[in-house]
Amino acid sequence: MEFINELLVAALIVVGASFALVGSWGLVKLPDLMSRLHAPTKATTLGVGGALIASMVYFLALNGTLSIHELLISLFLFLTAPLTAHFMSKAWLHSQQPKDLPHPEKRDWSTFDTGSERH
Amino acid sequence: MAHAHAQTARPPLLRRWFPHPLLSLTLTLIWLLLINSFSAGGLLVGLVLGIAIPRLTSSFWPDRPKIRHYGKALRYILLVIGDIVTANLQVARIIIFRPVASLHTRWVVVPLSLTNPEAITVLAGTITMTPGTVSCDLSADGRALLVHCLDAPDAEATVREIKERYEARLQEIFP
Repeated sequence: MEFINELLVAALIVVGASFALVGSWGLVKLPDLMSRLHAPTKATTLGVGGALIASMVYFLALNGTLSIHELLISLFLFLTAPLTAHFMSKAWLHSQQPKDLPHPEKRDWSTFDTGSERH
Repeated sequence: MAHAHAQTARPPLLRRWFPHPLLSLTLTLIWLLLINSFSAGGLLVGLVLGIAIPRLTSSFWPDRPKIRHYGKALRYILLVIGDIVTANLQVARIIIFRPVASLHTRWVVVPLSLTNPEAITVLAGTITMTPGTVSCDLSADGRALLVHCLDAPDAEATVREIKERYEARLQEIFP
């Protein structure tokens, strides 16, 4: 029984680590900052998730104690990942002012907005 | 609407101590999760935090978001968690197997029907965490979201999916 539990924990860690590796590889492979943002916001969620589930299984099955504060880490991750991505893309928009950017009908994107309506 | 009545009929003292009852409960629970064991002392500290933080920050929440359907909110959370797993697999597949030149990387504009700021925040967060899309900016009048797609051959299909899959559900949750 202990062997199966150890196998499960090991498998979860390996799966999580592979996702983290793929996320980091994405940072190297993708060509520009906006595409690179996709790699850390997504591929690493399962990476951290795998490690956290492994930790919960380890403490429950091998130590016999219920450990649930790993859930909080994933909650904080879900809250912070979109916010940091949002801030980074806003900073990028502001510094690069890309020409191919689509614009909304009335007011411009809040990063560029000057307080007047577009015509 | 009996519930709303009970809230307005509440004595102002209780209202002052618990400006945001759900936030108080959440903070206490998060504290208990953080210390990772249950004890009377931990519960006491959690309750102090649960009472103090909403009181200190209540002026930042002039219009508290009201959730209409808690059941639908819970189902939305489960849907998004499922989509996050899909998103991970999909982006991992793109990174490993697709040559960069074959990606249809583009910007799309998602016109919003949602007006509630909290609902728009949840939608923007959802877009970032789900397959192939990152929300980048909100228009100054709050009527459109700028979304960057890693691989979207059909821009209109992406917009339609965001609106049908997430925005329509959020509209039922937030009044």
